[in-house]
Amino acid sequence: MAKNDLIGESLWDAYSDKVTRLMNNPQHQGEISEEEASSRGNKLIVADFGAESCGDAVRLYWEIDPNTDKIVNSKFRSFGCGTAIASSDVMTELCIGKTVQEAVKITNIDVEAALRDTPDVPAVPPQKMHCSVMAYDVIKKAAGLYLGVDAESFEEEIIVCECARVSLKTLKEVIKLNDLKTIEQITDYTKAGGFCKSCIKPGGHEEREWYLVDILKDTRREMDEEKMKAAAEAGISGDFATMTLVQKIKAIDSVIDENVRQFLIMDGGNMEVIDIKESEDYIDVYIRYIGACNGCASSTTGTLYAIESTLKEKLSSKIRVLPI
Amino acid sequence: MKVYMDNNATTMVAPEIVQEMLPFFSEIYGNPNSLHKFGTQSRPALSRAIDQVYKAINASDNDDIVFTSCATESNNWVLQAVWIDKILNGDKNHIVTTEVEHPSILSTCKFLEEQGVKVTYLPVNEEGIVEAHTVKSFITEKTALVSVMWANNETGMIFPIKEIGEICKAKGVLFHTDGVQAVGKIPVDMQDVHVDFMSMSAHKFHGPKGIGALYIKDSQALSPLLHGGSQMGGRRSGTLNVPYVVGMGKALEMATQNIQATMSSIKEKRDRLEDALLNVIPDTFTVGKRENRTPNTILISIRGVEGEGMLWDLNRYDIGASTGSACASEDLEANTVMLAIGADHELAHTGIRLSLSRYTTDAEVDYVIEHFTQAVERLRAISSSYAIVKPTKGGEAGECQIHH
Repeated sequence: MAKNDLIGESLWDAYSDKVTRLMNNPQHQGEISEEEASSRGNKLIVADFGAESCGDAVRLYWEIDPNTDKIVNSKFRSFGCGTAIASSDVMTELCIGKTVQEAVKITNIDVEAALRDTPDVPAVPPQKMHCSVMAYDVIKKAAGLYLGVDAESFEEEIIVCECARVSLKTLKEVIKLNDLKTIEQITDYTKAGGFCKSCIKPGGHEEREWYLVDILKDTRREMDEEKMKAAAEAGISGDFATMTLVQKIKAIDSVIDENVRQFLIMDGGNMEVIDIKESEDYIDVYIRYIGACNGCASSTTGTLYAIESTLKEKLSSKIRVLPI
Repeated sequence: MKVYMDNNATTMVAPEIVQEMLPFFSEIYGNPNSLHKFGTQSRPALSRAIDQVYKAINASDNDDIVFTSCATESNNWVLQAVWIDKILNGDKNHIVTTEVEHPSILSTCKFLEEQGVKVTYLPVNEEGIVEAHTVKSFITEKTALVSVMWANNETGMIFPIKEIGEICKAKGVLFHTDGVQAVGKIPVDMQDVHVDFMSMSAHKFHGPKGIGALYIKDSQALSPLLHGGSQMGGRRSGTLNVPYVVGMGKALEMATQNIQATMSSIKEKRDRLEDALLNVIPDTFTVGKRENRTPNTILISIRGVEGEGMLWDLNRYDIGASTGSACASEDLEANTVMLAIGADHELAHTGIRLSLSRYTTDAEVDYVIEHFTQAVERLRAISSSYAIVKPTKGGEAGECQIHH
């Protein structure tokens, strides 16, 4: 909320001139009958999407040349508001002249783009973006009927936000890549959830299979798990600086096991790591000698230097080894 | 011709009322609480406005009528004050209201629910009315308040306020009514009904926007919503909006002076319009019996024509109407009142409300009949509901795949 949102925008004033023009005078409104289509040797496909009980419904008519699969004529009838009627009208226009296989690639984004007066200005306000989604759905349905396949088979990925056509895969990637923590960030990065808002959480105007709130929660959990897993693996081979304290002790132990301990044991001694103290410049590793090492002259000179230089080389140049 | 038929949303301020208000902007502008002449000069006009309001709703001199900024404030005041007085500082925890109240009641109730208050939302019957016995059956020992509107904004249906008042009195429960759609449209007599609190709004009866009132029976206790300089006897602080109080008084006087004659004149035009639309346009119905409605309101459902689409076409003909069915609103829910009265779900998106005023003329009614009919013809010619060619087998849509 800020100054420009205080009284909001008048809904109809936000429509493009083209939306207004097509609502007032749709170009492809009407029907095609079976007789008309067959008299021209063509096949008629009629598909419905939506219902009056939903608040909008559209019926799409395709007259298809069976030899070329080309849509030679298309009409629509629509129960809905101005943007629903204008979207349906421009949808039929986009279908005409395309093959069924080409037409099925038309999305609601294309429909909305075709309704714009200028390329950079949206044709409808955000809450009306959803009207063009129905155009996309009914095309898939008509294509499915003609090709004898399920309408859903045209959808290659799971679309979470229909208005902006953002897939589940994209959302997860963007959340992970940019470390997103809020729904507002997701909308800023992907536009998902910025239009009819149905996909944000349950209770919007349309029931959805996937909601951004759940996707964010699940992805954040996955990220945490990945981080933990990475940290666990780092205990053996990862970046010493980013390790947790426990992992650092384990890493030091494992370097000592591999490079130092056997020589101490050969001389009848041993050592253990007591603690680690980290400061800006140093990582102080406190150790205690056991057995023959205890009191051995070399334990404060040669042996100590050997332990320290091994740890420095294998783990971090900031390490100092301090016997206690 | 331009025809305004959205008088349940707001009304034109009558020119006489504007005239009455004008001196109190730049001539008599003193603060009525000041001791000097500049302030005291406004007092006779305030007293007259108060008299006008008391007389218009036949309030007793023992009652309070407190001016507020709007009915939304009045509604919030009652609900929040009862919550503080009877629930937070008392042993009650329950409020009874209806599913079809104005958002200033429903949203406040939702807020109170978040604070732990139990709220019962009563349904309406197929006539669009909350029945008194339904109210009775939901009042418990824990009920602090019953809030039921006097008349509904969408349908114009008048609720049985007298009976509900008697029930609340017998049960010892406070009773509030949102009188916004009743006051100035139908006779409202506060000494004939048992009502503890009633909200009013001036801009619904040709007064200015930004002023309303709350009637409080017997000047009973109710914690203030606005604390401050103790205006209105400390019940509602804030410098008195003198020109608007004057305007509200005058507006209410004008609206109620010959209310029977005004009502029958509006009703005559309303009924002529309603009959014409129902006769000329097939597949239409209106909600609620006319005798039980405010005389100015029609809620008409037009099969196959979506509400916002219809408003669009009416607007092109310079006719202002409204729809509760909302391709237009963000939640795209079907009209709640239409659903509440049990209208078919598919008709819930087709409701258009036409609300007349005492300034509506016969010529305007004729104009609306003509152009309303034309709009329906055009939109039905586009509507899939009136298409002839049936979908290819397998191409039919189920009920509501899109919205719930």
